[in-house]
Amino acid sequence: MSYIIESLKQLFGSAPTRHSKETMSVEVKEVHLHKRQNPMSKEVFAQLKEEHGPASTKWRNRRWATLIAINLLFVVSYYFDVQILEGALTASRFVGFHMADLNSALQVTLAFKHMVLNLVIGTVTVFILWVLLGGRTFCSWVCPYHLLSELAEKIHVKLVEKKLIKNHPFDRRVRSVFYVIFALLALVSGYTVFETISVTGIVSRALIYGPGVALVWVGLVLLFEVFYSRRAWCRYVCPIGITYGVVGSVSPLRVKYNIKDCHHEGDCRAVCLVPHVLDVTIKGRAQDVDVDISADCTRCGMCIDICPTDSLKFELKGLGKHL
Amino acid sequence: MSDKTVGKVKKTKSAGRKREQERRQFLRTAAMAVGVTGFSLLGLVPALRGDVLRLRPPGALKTPHDEQEFLASCIKCGQCVQVCPVEAIVLEDIMNGVGIGTPYIDAREQACDFSCDGLQCVLACPTGALTHDLNYPADSRMGFAELSRPKACLAIQGEGFKGLARGPDYKGKLRYDEIDRWNPISVSEHPYDLELCDLCVRQCPIEIRIAQCAEGKPPSGDQNQCPPQHAIALEPVPDSPVGAMIPVIKEGCVGCGVCEMICPPEPPAIVINIEKFTDMA
Repeated sequence: MSYIIESLKQLFGSAPTRHSKETMSVEVKEVHLHKRQNPMSKEVFAQLKEEHGPASTKWRNRRWATLIAINLLFVVSYYFDVQILEGALTASRFVGFHMADLNSALQVTLAFKHMVLNLVIGTVTVFILWVLLGGRTFCSWVCPYHLLSELAEKIHVKLVEKKLIKNHPFDRRVRSVFYVIFALLALVSGYTVFETISVTGIVSRALIYGPGVALVWVGLVLLFEVFYSRRAWCRYVCPIGITYGVVGSVSPLRVKYNIKDCHHEGDCRAVCLVPHVLDVTIKGRAQDVDVDISADCTRCGMCIDICPTDSLKFELKGLGKHL
Repeated sequence: MSDKTVGKVKKTKSAGRKREQERRQFLRTAAMAVGVTGFSLLGLVPALRGDVLRLRPPGALKTPHDEQEFLASCIKCGQCVQVCPVEAIVLEDIMNGVGIGTPYIDAREQACDFSCDGLQCVLACPTGALTHDLNYPADSRMGFAELSRPKACLAIQGEGFKGLARGPDYKGKLRYDEIDRWNPISVSEHPYDLELCDLCVRQCPIEIRIAQCAEGKPPSGDQNQCPPQHAIALEPVPDSPVGAMIPVIKEGCVGCGVCEMICPPEPPAIVINIEKFTDMA
């Protein structure tokens, strides 16, 4: 229950809860004590990192392959009329079974104030799918804008490193404000206002049905992310992320943090799309030896790839099966 | 100054800097929120002005002047686009605001000729934006044909038509039952040779069905496919020395746009008026 509450808190923009040292479990205190008694010199840590080798690309490769394959399946299904995955990301049919993007379905339902059976079926199917697979997993493993944004982020980080630009973070709570604004706009105006600017929908349709003027908007958002604010759309605007994040808060698929070998050097936070979820890896924050990362996490696996001590792992809660 | 006061000054300075940073972040967040919301609101302009009314696929949940329910219920997935055998349906771009990703038909380029018989687009729609309330082509209400430029009409001039209706480069397709029941072919591969131009009547999907039913061969062998009313007919122009005829649009017209598509003059003599349905006529 506390996991769900903490997840929702972070999804809606609050900073992760900071517990006092007193409530820290005995085991964690022992881990800290052990680390204090056996301090690791910078040289040893550097050597350890060396031995671990450069950041793995295992999960990134799998993720990119999945993202490209899913989006390509849409394109191929239409172009070669193979009818495996028809439609676009907003709604589709997978070998005949209805699927509906949860946020698009929500917007349509708020605007239309009706839900036909096919949409109910599609929404329930997709809801169950993402409960099993981790909610915001949609963002990093499926959303085509995410991939474009990842490339924009690489450029952004390079430019910041060279001190050519500065990152301008926004208040994360603004995403919740957007969520409420777009929900109210759909409800009151009777039009799906968010869909006009939804880069996910635009890119998905452009891939399948051909490019249009709407891609100019996508380009502008990308430029904004490159030159002004890192991953601005996904971090501060996109309501789709909140919708899937809420679903993910009851998902058994999570990233799990184990404090034992962690050096708290923060490599994971540096690569993360939603670094606040990894605040628990800051020294003194974790209350238990194992902590589940909150549902604002997109399960992209970049922290797992980069962690030099394998302190972060995918887990399927309840199955005890570690990937 | 004692060490203590130096520390205090430093502290207030850094606290001041932090406050300043927070103030700036708040301002830029507010600006971004206003900017993005404002841009999204621009999307409402075309819909509220009502100047992007379009010829929509069969079953679209709309009245001639109000597309609100249709735009609201459409989930912008394009499944209707994918099932159309003549590729009549295309999706709106961002210039039409909240209409983005909704399907429409440019009849002059490619009309809906109902060659799927079963209203595939309606069946494909996951949200009911194309309502399942209709079962047969004759039930659709897309618009209503009108003779907008009678002077251009070949039949009214008593003229025939020989050749390709829309020229050799035209991409549009129609189903010609006598050639291939299952595959629509390009109009540019189907030359005509007509004593008097009757293309709008000859190619009208409603009229074709009525003729088939009269022969006892309704589409798919389904008697329900037979339209109850005629959609268009050529009637003699009184006292014409050249045997001229005039196309008259009848109650059965559903506004599919095939007449507008096939009409040889440029611009066409007959077009679909999307602000009118047969029941209002």
